[in-house]
Amino acid sequence: MTTLEFILGHYAYWLTLVLMMIGLYGMMMKRNLVKKLIGMTIFQVSIIIFYVAGAVKWGATEPILDNVDIEKVHHGMTQAISTAKYINPLPHTLMLTAIVVGVATTGVAFALVIMIYKRYKTLDEAVLLERMKKDNDSDN
Amino acid sequence: MILTTNSPVLIPLLFLVFGLLIPLIAWKRNSLAWPTLMLVSTAAAAISIYNVFKVLSTGPVHYHLGNWVPPIGIEYVLDHLSVFVMVVINVVAFLVLIHAREIVGKEMPGKQAPYFATVSLMMAGFNGIVVTGDLFNLYVFLEISSLSLYGLIAIGERKSPVAAFRYLIMGTVAASFYLLGVGFLYMTTGSLNMADVKAILPSIIGQPTVLIALALMVLGMGIKMALFPLHGWLPDAYTYAPSTSSAIIAPTGTKVASYVMLRVMFFVFGVSYVAKTLPLAAMITWMAAIAIIYGSIMAIAQSEMKRMLAYSSVAQVGYIALGIGLANPFGLIGAVLHVLNHAVMKAGLFLVSGNLRFKLGHSNIFKLDNTVRKKMPWTMAAFTVGALSMVGLPPMAGFFSKWYLIRGAYSSPSWTGWVFIGVIFLSSLLNAVYFFRIIEKVYMKPLTASKNGANGHDHNDHHAAGHVVEAEVPRDEVSGSMLIPTLVLAVGLIVLGILNAFIVNGIIKYIIPAGM
Repeated sequence: MTTLEFILGHYAYWLTLVLMMIGLYGMMMKRNLVKKLIGMTIFQVSIIIFYVAGAVKWGATEPILDNVDIEKVHHGMTQAISTAKYINPLPHTLMLTAIVVGVATTGVAFALVIMIYKRYKTLDEAVLLERMKKDNDSDN
Repeated sequence: MILTTNSPVLIPLLFLVFGLLIPLIAWKRNSLAWPTLMLVSTAAAAISIYNVFKVLSTGPVHYHLGNWVPPIGIEYVLDHLSVFVMVVINVVAFLVLIHAREIVGKEMPGKQAPYFATVSLMMAGFNGIVVTGDLFNLYVFLEISSLSLYGLIAIGERKSPVAAFRYLIMGTVAASFYLLGVGFLYMTTGSLNMADVKAILPSIIGQPTVLIALALMVLGMGIKMALFPLHGWLPDAYTYAPSTSSAIIAPTGTKVASYVMLRVMFFVFGVSYVAKTLPLAAMITWMAAIAIIYGSIMAIAQSEMKRMLAYSSVAQVGYIALGIGLANPFGLIGAVLHVLNHAVMKAGLFLVSGNLRFKLGHSNIFKLDNTVRKKMPWTMAAFTVGALSMVGLPPMAGFFSKWYLIRGAYSSPSWTGWVFIGVIFLSSLLNAVYFFRIIEKVYMKPLTASKNGANGHDHNDHHAAGHVVEAEVPRDEVSGSMLIPTLVLAVGLIVLGILNAFIVNGIIKYIIPAGM
């Protein structure tokens, strides 16, 4: 396998990697809290895509035995069933859970953002830090 | 018996179900939330103790959820390590929750129902992490506990939502890294069951995917347990959270993450891979050594007691990581024993800071003075015991985990062991500095009429010092429901210290994985 084939053959993973880096960049470098959250969501989605891309099987179908294979099962020939015909459904189900988790995380995060905005009237991190410092001074 | 055969799954299930039921039960009457959670927590503590004896008498218990056989279905495993961590977190949480009723009522009146429901969900997550034998199931429980943690932190002081938001970003990155690691592992092994993965891995151990999976999972857990360069979220989160949240998160949260790191490294990837093939374990020991020193120095620089305890947690997590990274039997015993000792110490100390806040309205070290020892003699006594244990004076529990860590470092083959022994000694001295600073303020000055002579009255005090009336300061101790858990934890430190050989020989010895 040449390098070019390696790169092209894994294009889905490279794109996932790019997506992941965009997410990380958003989380680390963006000053606005909502943009940080957008970065976080992109990061999570990139992992979901990673799992789904890993489960791709060309020329295969949903994991329900077709008529030919049902016949084989009836004759006790379970060893003869070709797994190449069927997609592994597990990564998709796992990612359904991960999507739910992601939605819950985003929900909690937005609740926090609303709380922060109500208290400090800003979502800009630099301004926020300044106002928090002002809090400190008034405390002492 | 339904209860005994299902005991592995019972604790997370109870907490999960009651996490949802508490808001309904306490819908009309907020005061019902605490008794309900107490009931669940008592049951959980009892079941976890029962589980310990079950495992000690019959060996590891494998529980198949819904009777699906492991590689396909999810398996819950009770072995010596998981029951040990389980009993630690449930008993400590039980004690902290006894303490919680009054202080939660004071710090967030009217919010008991959502608060205790969230605590219940968090405990469900932690117990699930500890008991599960499935890598993806662990991720789900990790997120359940993390989401509750964000809520428990955000309900605190004015700045707490910001701390919680930062923790949320970091925590999500951590969980995502873990999930990505699981993905790599699943794609190479085709299994999510820990025991199954462990059986498959030796045949494919050289592959880069396996290496990346390990790196990602350890990195994720490093963030969750706040190991040195990844500890950024911890100090703010612990400082601004309500007293009960800090007291319940500090002993459980980072410990559970350490448990996952230990589980993944030694019980999924195997000792020889993480310690001999890769320099990973050695890297962790260095991060831990820096964490120990850095956390201790930062703790000295703090004026707020909760923040000091938070930085001290960074250092203490370093001890646990050091024991894990040493990857030899004594190091592992030290790490696991320190999970127990640090949970008890930190819970006790955070309860003390909660007591101080409850009565004095603050826990600022510089505002503490010698009147506190008269006002709250028992609270300060508990603080002193906790402080001595943190420093590592022999009869207290803290000494023995350090002792095992030193023995572990000593038996490591290279010169680095001596560095770690030096680090442990140095950090004990630093611990002494930041704890004795408070003890000195509270205990070492004679009680003079400090109320009317605030500062600069040394020469006036000369005549006053002769006839000091000790009973000047009225006692203003917290009530029994807050004091007893604090004292139980303090006495527990002495008891655990005395019983350490019993604990190590009785249960921790069996944790050491084969080939270590």
